[in-house]
Order: sequence, then structure tokens, then C-alpha cells
Amino acid sequence: MIHVNTKVNGDDVEFLCDPRETLLDALRDKLGLTGAKEGCGTGDCGACSVTMDGRLVCSCLVLGAEADGKEIATVEGMAEGENLHILQEKFIEHAALQCGICTPGILVATKNLLEKHPEPTETQVRYWLAGNLCRCTGYDKIIRAVMETAADLRKAS
Amino acid sequence: MQYHTPSSFDDAVALAKDAQGVTRFLAGGTDVLVQLRADIVTPDVLIDIKKIAGVSDITREGDGWRIGVAVTGAEMSEHDTLGKEWPGLVEAMDLIGSTQVQGRATLTGNLCNGSPAADSVPAMVAAGVTVTVTGPNGERRVAVEDIPTAPGKTSLEAGELVTAVHIPARGKSGGDAYLRFIPRTEMDIAVVGCGINLRLDGKKIVEARVSLGAVAPTVLLVEEAANAIIGTELDDAALDALAEAASAACNPIDDKRGTVKFRTHVAGVLAKRAAKIAYERAEAAS
Ligand SMILES: Cc1cc2nc3c(=O)[nH]c(=O)nc-3n(C[C@H](O)[C@H](O)[C@H](O)COP(=O)(O)OP(=O)(O)OC[C@H]3O[C@@H](n4cnc5c(N)ncnc54)[C@H](O)[C@@H]3O)c2cc1C
Ligand code: FES
Ligand code: FES
Repeated sequence: MIHVNTKVNGDDVEFLCDPRETLLDALRDKLGLTGAKEGCGTGDCGACSVTMDGRLVCSCLVLGAEADGKEIATVEGMAEGENLHILQEKFIEHAALQCGICTPGILVATKNLLEKHPEPTETQVRYWLAGNLCRCTGYDKIIRAVMETAADLRKAS
Repeated sequence: MQYHTPSSFDDAVALAKDAQGVTRFLAGGTDVLVQLRADIVTPDVLIDIKKIAGVSDITREGDGWRIGVAVTGAEMSEHDTLGKEWPGLVEAMDLIGSTQVQGRATLTGNLCNGSPAADSVPAMVAAGVTVTVTGPNGERRVAVEDIPTAPGKTSLEAGELVTAVHIPARGKSGGDAYLRFIPRTEMDIAVVGCGINLRLDGKKIVEARVSLGAVAPTVLLVEEAANAIIGTELDDAALDALAEAASAACNPIDDKRGTVKFRTHVAGVLAKRAAKIAYERAEAAS
């Protein structure tokens, strides 16, 4: 077993894991953070997206052991208490989800996009999300929600 | 499975040399973890090289570049000058996977995984990239085209690992390009890939390297294709000769993603298109 010290959504946490265990499994099974989902387990679907030291990654392709000394952010860290993040509000407003399996990953991915590129074009958003599959919405509502969030954030700043 | 995080390449070599059973190095893990989870390869010993000092650095080496073995595709794309000098190489790396995969995947991992369809490899071969290989007997410098030996196999010996990637100086009037064919626009494996790097003197091509991916058991350096355009101004006759030489070099597999005939034809088409882009870039740099 490997002893891992890491930070998740700003809190110091530690866990023990088998060397083969992924960060996704550690988040879900050891830390009770079930926002990140396992869609494929092979890096194709993006349902497990989290950030590690600010970089968007598939947590199914990161070992739990690799999180040692890193800062992880998951969908659970987006809302502040009862106050949803503006992206979450826009997703609800635009009905940018149906079953919701892809939603945590897409929220984490688009939050990361807007931090790096506050003025994305629609093409840029679509390419950024090429690794986040959604079988329900047809993507259009997701793209609308993201573009409107970007516009609102620009107005606010 | 044992998991190690050596803090130096010497320690990594010592661990690999003494390792019993299946040994893998862990860079971005985008191949290693997929193979682990699919029960294709479960290493007995996994050596994570990301805690070694300097592995995430992109630094000048003379007029060329030294790329650390843990530098990710995202870090290469975000670099402010690397992509201006070697747009083909940086674009080839950027084609790999999604944003998430880009945050992890490395040139070295792409090379050492040994896939004939690895996207960055034809671009590296065309650019004349070499790697430092370090092992129990010291260091050696190896051309990228001499690393893969068969699908999933490399010329690295037990205990050896790649410790740096060296990109040559761009120099004057040079340009490179990499193109691949995939049935989708993103997130797919190359059916054919082609990297071309050339240098001009005035309008005439004086140096060229042409490399093909996914059309043979390993990525190919195709000298006949380079010879077809050296000494020309890339007129139609030169382009046709290039396409013919590229197609002639193909020895592809037949699968659901592309037949032998299709892959062979597309290799020629992509070679022409990549050559035109490389030529334009070289002219712009003249
Ligand atoms: C969803 C998805 C999409 C993908 N799309 C593409 C694509 O479009 N094109 C493409 O070419 N690939 C693609 N890949 C494959 C993979 O992302 C690339 O091959 C990547 O470059 C591997 O780099 P890595 O750092 O993640 O390698 P790792 O998985 O860490 O390692 C790969 C191999 O290299 C060896 N290795 C690593 N570092 C060293 C070293 N320093 N010395 C010796 N051996 C070493 C490892 O032992 C292992 O065998 C995709 C993967 C996924 C999951
Ligand atoms: S579960 Fe990680 S990408 Fe699908
Ligand atoms: S909402 Fe069901 S997969 Fe996206």
C-alpha cells in the first residue's frame, strides 16, 4: 500500500492505495467524492475529468500514487456552499444535461477552459471538449451554456 | 506491482536493471494505464520518471532544443518559440488525443510505446530528432528512427531509458509539416501519417527528410521520397515523383480502418500536401 498526501478542492487529505489504483478510484472509493464518473476507464470519454495542479486530466489515467504532493480539483469544489458556480447555473438554464453522467467532467473541463481562454470561439470550445462524450444532449446546449457563461463573465469583469 | 519514483536517472537505471519481470517507465501514463486497465500489460515494476529534476523542462541546446522526457503535449503547444521553429512537430504532438490526454502525453512515451501509428514519431524522424538513451553501460545518442523495431517493440535494452529528446537547430529557410488521415476530425488513430522537413536555397529544395507512419510495422524514413524533391522547386513533376516514392515505400496492414490500397494511395496524397505546407513555411522563413 502506498501512503498518499494530497490536496483535494483545497483540503489536505491522505489515503492509502494499491499501486494499481487510479486517482478516479481513490477519489470515489477512498474519499467519497463520486462526482467524477467512470465512463470508459481508457481516456476516451472524459467523465472522470479533474484538474491536477491546474491541468485538465482524465483521473482514470492517473494513478492514485501520482497525486502525492499535487492539488486536485473536482466538480465537488465548484459550488460555494449552496451557491452554484455560474457554469452550473447556465447548464441548468440551458438544459445542457439529461442523464448527467457526462456533466461533472464537462463542468470541470469547461471551467478549466474559461480560466485559460476567457474568450473562446465556438470551434475552440468544441475542440476543447473533443474528449468529453455526451450521449444525450447532442452537445449544442452544452456549447450554448459555455458560450453564454464566457460572455457573462466578461461583462462582469 | 511495485511503484517507484526515483529522483535521478541513475536511480531509475539501477531500478530497471535489477527489476524482475515486466518493467515499464511511467511518463504521462496514457498508454501505460490504458494497457494496465485493459489487462494487456500489467507491469511488475513501474518506474515513474516524473520526479527526476529537469524532466519537465524545454531548454535551448545550442540553436536547437532539449525536451525533457516528461514534457507534455500541452506544454509544447504553450511554449512561445518552439512551435514557431518546428510547427510540424508541435502540431503532430498536439494531434494526440484530447485536451485531457494532452495534459499528460509525452514525446518519449509516444516513441517508446512503439506504435507504428504514433503521431509525433514521423514528425520527429523528419526533423532529425535524436534521443539520449541511458543505461547500465552509460549514455548513447540514438536517432528516433532507430528506436522502434516492431509494433510495441524498441531497441532499448534492459535497464535502458530515454533521458532527453534533442531537436536540431532550425537554421535558415527551413520548414516542417505533419499530416495524418483519420476517419473522424479528432480522437482517432492515424490510418496514415506523413512528416516532411525541408530546407530551401532560394526556391530550390536542398535538404529534405520524409517519414511515413501507420503504413509499415515501424515508422519509416523514406529516402527515395526525399530524393524525389531534393534539387527541385516542388513543381508538379516533383510532387508526383514524391507521391509515387511514398506509396512505393508502404507495406501496410489491411483492417477496418483502411485497406492496403487505400493506405498506399493516401500516403502519396498526404506526402504531397505535407510537402507543400513545409515548402510554404520554408519560404516564409527565408
Ligand atoms: C484517449 C486517447 C487518445 C490517444 N490518441 C492518440 C493519437 O491520436 N495519436 C497517438 O499517436 N497516440 C494517441 N494516444 C496514445 C498515447 O497518448 C501516446 O502514445 C502518448 O504520447 C504516450 O505518452 P505517455 O507519456 O502518456 O506515455 P506512457 O504511457 O507513460 O508510456 C508509454 C510507453 O513508453 C515507455 N516510456 C515512457 N517514458 C520512457 C522513457 N523515458 N524511456 C523509455 N521508455 C519510456 C513506457 O514504458 C511505455 O511502454 C492516445 C491515448 C489515449 C488514452
Ligand atoms: S472514464 Fe476516464 S476518460 Fe472515460
Ligand atoms: S447528459 Fe447524458 S451523457 Fe451527457
